[in-house]
Amino acid sequence: MARKMVTIDGNEAAAYVAYRLSEVVAIYPITPSSPMGEHSDAWGAVNKKNLWGTVPHVCEMQSEGGAAGAVHGALQTGALTTTFTASQGLLLMIPNMYKIAGELTPTVFHVTARTLATHALSIFGDHGDVMAVRQTGWAMLAAGSVQEVMDFALISNAATLRSRVPVVHFFDGFRTSHEVMKIEALSEDDMRAMIDDELVRAHRARALSPDRPVLRGTAQNPDVFFQARETCNKYYDAAPAIFQAEMDKFAKIVGRQYHLFDYVGAPDAERVVVVMGSGAEVAREAIEHMVAKGQKVGAVIVRLFRPFSVKHFVQALPKTVKGIAVLDRTKEPGAIGEPLYQDIIAALEESMGEGSCPLSSMPKVVGGRYGLSSKEFTPAMVKAVLDNLSAASPKNHFTVGINDDVTHLSLDYDAGVDTEADDVVRCLFYGLGSDGTVGANKNSIKIIGEDTDNWAQGYFVYDSKKAGSVTVSHLRFGPRPIHSSYLISRAKFIGCHNWTFLEKVDMLTNALPGAVFLLNSPFDQSEVWDKLPRRVQEQIIEKKLKFYAIDAIKVAGEAGMGQRINTVMQTCFFAISGVLPRDKAIEHIKAAIKKTYGAKGDKIVQMNYAAVDSTLASLHEIKVPAKATSTIELPPVVSPEAPEYVRNVTAKMIAGEGDSLPVSAFPVDGTFDTATSQWEKRNIAIEIPVWDSSICIQCGKCSIACPHAAIRMKAYDKAELAGAPATFKSVAYKGKEFGPDKVFTLQVAPEDCTGCGVCVEVCPVKNKTDVSKKAINMEPQLPLRETERENYKFFLGLPDNDRTVIDLTTVKGSQLCRPLFEYSGACAGCGETPYVKLLTQLFGDRAIIGNATGCSSIYGGNLPTTPYAKDANGRGPAWCNSLFEDNAEFGMGYRLTLDKFAQYSRELLQKMADQVGETLVSEILNADQTNEQALAAQRARVAELKKKLTQINSPDAMNLLSLADHLVKKSVWILGGDGWAYDIGYGGLDHVLASGRNVNILVLDTEVYSNTGGQMSKSTPRGAVAKFAQAGKPMPKKNLALIAMSYGYVYVATVALGANDSQVVRAFQEAESYDGPSLIIAYAHCIAHGINMKTGFSHQKAAVESGHFPLLRYNPRLMEEGKNPLKLDSRPARIPISDYAYSETRYKMLTKSQPEAAAKLIELAQRDADNRWKFYEQMAELNYSHASENGVNKG
Amino acid sequence: MDLSTTYMGLKLKSPLMPGASPLTADLGSLRQMEDHGAGAVVLHSLFEEQLTHEQKELHHYMMQGTEGFAESLSYFPDIDSFKLGPEEYLEHIRKAKESLTIPVIASLNGVTRGGWIDFARQIEQAGADGLELNVYFIPTNPDLTGGEVEAIYLNILAAVKSFVQIPVAVKLSPFFSSLPNMAHKLDGMGANALVLFNRFYQPDFDLEEMEVKPRVRLSRPGGNLMSLRWIAILYGHIKASMAATTGIHTAEDVIKSVLAGADATQLCSVLLQLGVREVSTILDGMKKWMDAHDYESVAQMKGVMSQKSVAEPAAFERANYMKALQSYK
Repeated sequence: MARKMVTIDGNEAAAYVAYRLSEVVAIYPITPSSPMGEHSDAWGAVNKKNLWGTVPHVCEMQSEGGAAGAVHGALQTGALTTTFTASQGLLLMIPNMYKIAGELTPTVFHVTARTLATHALSIFGDHGDVMAVRQTGWAMLAAGSVQEVMDFALISNAATLRSRVPVVHFFDGFRTSHEVMKIEALSEDDMRAMIDDELVRAHRARALSPDRPVLRGTAQNPDVFFQARETCNKYYDAAPAIFQAEMDKFAKIVGRQYHLFDYVGAPDAERVVVVMGSGAEVAREAIEHMVAKGQKVGAVIVRLFRPFSVKHFVQALPKTVKGIAVLDRTKEPGAIGEPLYQDIIAALEESMGEGSCPLSSMPKVVGGRYGLSSKEFTPAMVKAVLDNLSAASPKNHFTVGINDDVTHLSLDYDAGVDTEADDVVRCLFYGLGSDGTVGANKNSIKIIGEDTDNWAQGYFVYDSKKAGSVTVSHLRFGPRPIHSSYLISRAKFIGCHNWTFLEKVDMLTNALPGAVFLLNSPFDQSEVWDKLPRRVQEQIIEKKLKFYAIDAIKVAGEAGMGQRINTVMQTCFFAISGVLPRDKAIEHIKAAIKKTYGAKGDKIVQMNYAAVDSTLASLHEIKVPAKATSTIELPPVVSPEAPEYVRNVTAKMIAGEGDSLPVSAFPVDGTFDTATSQWEKRNIAIEIPVWDSSICIQCGKCSIACPHAAIRMKAYDKAELAGAPATFKSVAYKGKEFGPDKVFTLQVAPEDCTGCGVCVEVCPVKNKTDVSKKAINMEPQLPLRETERENYKFFLGLPDNDRTVIDLTTVKGSQLCRPLFEYSGACAGCGETPYVKLLTQLFGDRAIIGNATGCSSIYGGNLPTTPYAKDANGRGPAWCNSLFEDNAEFGMGYRLTLDKFAQYSRELLQKMADQVGETLVSEILNADQTNEQALAAQRARVAELKKKLTQINSPDAMNLLSLADHLVKKSVWILGGDGWAYDIGYGGLDHVLASGRNVNILVLDTEVYSNTGGQMSKSTPRGAVAKFAQAGKPMPKKNLALIAMSYGYVYVATVALGANDSQVVRAFQEAESYDGPSLIIAYAHCIAHGINMKTGFSHQKAAVESGHFPLLRYNPRLMEEGKNPLKLDSRPARIPISDYAYSETRYKMLTKSQPEAAAKLIELAQRDADNRWKFYEQMAELNYSHASENGVNKG
Repeated sequence: MDLSTTYMGLKLKSPLMPGASPLTADLGSLRQMEDHGAGAVVLHSLFEEQLTHEQKELHHYMMQGTEGFAESLSYFPDIDSFKLGPEEYLEHIRKAKESLTIPVIASLNGVTRGGWIDFARQIEQAGADGLELNVYFIPTNPDLTGGEVEAIYLNILAAVKSFVQIPVAVKLSPFFSSLPNMAHKLDGMGANALVLFNRFYQPDFDLEEMEVKPRVRLSRPGGNLMSLRWIAILYGHIKASMAATTGIHTAEDVIKSVLAGADATQLCSVLLQLGVREVSTILDGMKKWMDAHDYESVAQMKGVMSQKSVAEPAAFERANYMKALQSYK
């Protein structure tokens, strides 16, 4: 079978081989490895066969720990088995990895190497995770490019079967896993030639079988364990040679020769770097550049890191080497040096000692760190590392790529070093997440890679926000294979696909002189120039850029494509860049359109064709005047009123200049101030809501629904209106709790609103004279921005409503409270954030939140800014994210401390009663803390206590002072999604529920792994399509509420804001006030449901009305009164499941892909709903009158 | 007793023809219809706009939010093929043809020139015995003349007729200034049958939500008087077959339609309300009436009460209106 050139990313390259060489694939999603599992699942769903003509079983597990267990079991029973993972996922596999290696079981885990969470989580790439498994006994093979990923996936499979040593095949997360590259695809013949079927059968023969029973996994004692552990040595001794033999065999078959350690550079090099992974590609480019200039430098590229072959390593070194710089992409605080550095030192020492080293003397060896969390690693940095070796006393344990102004370990480097050849075309495209730019660029790369002789590379940088996100596409193509595994900073073509970016991103700083600048402009060609900011005009003139503009929105709109301008801009790119003749390019673009969209119907294809055909007539070259004339200046990134840290540090991150921040800018332990999202004015809404005060009934529904806390309401004294801006609106307040004659304002935060429109959808009031209007209506943001900014500022200055008089059991009451979660990076129209916001409104000033990794931890804690906020007293939620799997336990840890400290402080208080005063002590100890007035009174008492304590000089006083705040009740909240609660964290969640401790667990149930891109969880409903459930989930949604109810002493509520917002508020209050474990399962619509996010609340309503998501509250306190604890808050189904389901793409798409399966599953889903309701109804009817007699065990 | 009839050139064992409804989308129901004595079936409609809408909707929601955030570059599995064209419908025709011995008439619904021809051709290739065109057009533009509206119907019919060999019926609305003239034009253009009349779903107001909401109201027994009048008027003046539809619930309704001149009658609401079994009930009722009134065949009954045949032709005209009002008093 001939080999063909393909343009794919690293994940697909790995999965391409792994799938074909597997019989069982156990998977679990984790960034950036998820696409490997997704590819495998998709191939399995269409019955794609492996190398031996059978379709592998692809099975999603509940965690990486589960996946590793399943892999272990599948291997023990003889299947060729694999999995894919990264980072924390790999850590969860460690226990099984020891077992698998200890049992000498051949397998390959394909790992997208990713940062481990330490002071912060990072989804990006480094070797922290793989270095954490180097001691498990697995071989470790590092691929540095997409081609190597595919090649090494095969070599590692061949080698593991022969050596019986399991292999971690790793490549750099994102940089390689997500880099799209033109490579030569291996054929199945290549795979057959490399994989020895005898070895496959030998693996099978070692498997467990009752037909030839053996026992594996004994418990051994001090007498024999040690000896038995040493029996594997010969396998490890033999492994390096086996890997090299397989590499040699591969070279013979395929033509690409690899070595355990590859050397590039001058044969007489004196200075070399040792590096592995994608950094090796960069090093290669830098070395070739330096060698061409006559420098005696080289690089040793480590392929097989474990088992480490000293012999092969020293043989790779030129005899002339005098200095070695070892680069590690990981950090091990407290170690002598990082792992590769230590290995190299040990290898040299050992070989020198044995006399096997070809070097005449021990070279100078230094080690350093680079590229943590995908920090850029460029040829300039490689040069700096090599230059360091030339110094009389080279810096050891250095860092490169950052400015360490604290411990001064970083090497300076000249960012101006350019090692790329002139004939490599480098292009940058700045797009909006929703406009299809990245997809189009992936297509362009494919066109260039597969339809021309060019080599091509694409890499894509994404945003930290999910709404209004900016994407930057880095495309290279040229006549030779591309090794530049780093971002483009000198572009020959820059495409700006959104006009607003001109004010936010300094993109032309990356333009080479004479480059092309293509701008999507809403203005006519005659106006474009004058509308540009001055800085942009100056750069265009200064760099002599060729400037083109097109109104792509107009062209796309006319073709029926709305905001998706991808095809238009792609056509412009090909037309201007000349990479292909225009006609040819258009032919290829159309072919790509057909290929990409053909599955979704001819209409989409035709719309795109129409866009292509009408593009060129609207593309204009703009004449560039000799002088910049614009008076438009770039606005400041953050307000001058922002705190110093925000101005100096956060603002840099917001502006995309975070790379320039030095070490000293950061806290030592990952602790950041809350309430900084208020300074990041994103202005991403095209339209914002405008309040019609004349018809508003002040119900608060718009406010409770707003996912970004961009709608606020306050009631206040009329006198406060003094100095209000002219356009500031207010009306008489429809309520008496704050006293007579109060006024009311509902105010929109114009620059923080994402324009989702949910508020308008949920507004219950219609304008009597124009029924198309409500009490809140969307209007264009730009004309309102200035006035509403002033209005919002004035509004924020109004006093917050007094919590002690608000009725916090109502929707309206809750919304009169200041939200302490605001302007997060969640999707526009997010279904989760309204619940989080509500939590902070009700309990935020005494809440401590443990947040499972997932959407809620990302929009809750992803820098640059923090959405959790503080009230006027400086109180607000304290928040931390531990892990994905342990969040319930993590939150319970909070509770244990809080309970301990509450107890200890009470003990101290009693002990100090004489000094503090009996009355105060008694009041504090006996205080009611069940409502806001009581809490306020207790806070006042504690303040008095603290004042007294400061005047007492004793250890007890000092201790009590440090603990006194614990005398005010705290509220522990454990937040996470269904992936956590139903799957990976379920064991812990169950334990915490069982513990009886007073914690509140809020499950933001989107019924899918939202953050990692829509993989099935056990919450996914039957019949819904998700990744890993391409044919519709065959099993029903797990009934977590029922499981929790079975304890009898757990407060349980299922809630859906869109169906019954009052019930949500009641449930939150009941859960929080319950002195025991509470579980709230909150239905959250999600972009992964394939719905119009504006109408998310109506989908929630339909989920409830169809009986898919019945609302209930199970309140164990009722049993004490002899009442049934279960109360059904929704009515029997009023619409069939199909009415609800088929309004969502996740269900409906199955009717279009597998109609018969869809029909069957929806019928079963209806049965699920019917049965569940019948069961609940009967449960709610049970007689509990005996319970009061026997008492209730609350644990 | 001979219940057979000929409709648009097709031989039907009875004039009872379940019309396009969700019931005819179900293969099991189709089989029951035949078992209970239906002469032909009209499958549920293939909606051109629905297909386009579904394509756009699926594309939009599958792409929404993609390629913007590094962890979630997409939200749905990458499925290679969707049945978003008429495949599902065509497959239904094929299966219906395999399962039934009675003629299977497909139904195509739309307003633009767009998909008609291609879909019609594919429907023919899938084995349909006939095709019913349901031109769902509500003129709202005050500049559009009656002639232009008529031209839309005629152009679509002409286009479809030139591409398919199977007989083509046109389902009409009653809202033409001169229905007989329109019927003549369609007849002249080669329509093999006229189906009188379609029931546009009428919008309704929700007085609580203050919203316009479509409401499906099933027809009632005896609701066939309009088609009865026009079939009686047209009978004998056009070559095309005629089918009565809307409000045919009982044997009496069917008998009246045939007496007016209908070659077949479409049953829809009654089957949705009472079940497919109602076909045989109606058929039994017909037989009883025919027996009691000495009719040996449907052919014998056809048109005997048409305007041409009745003693008082003016009864179908304005005078009848006056009479009706007086009788009400």
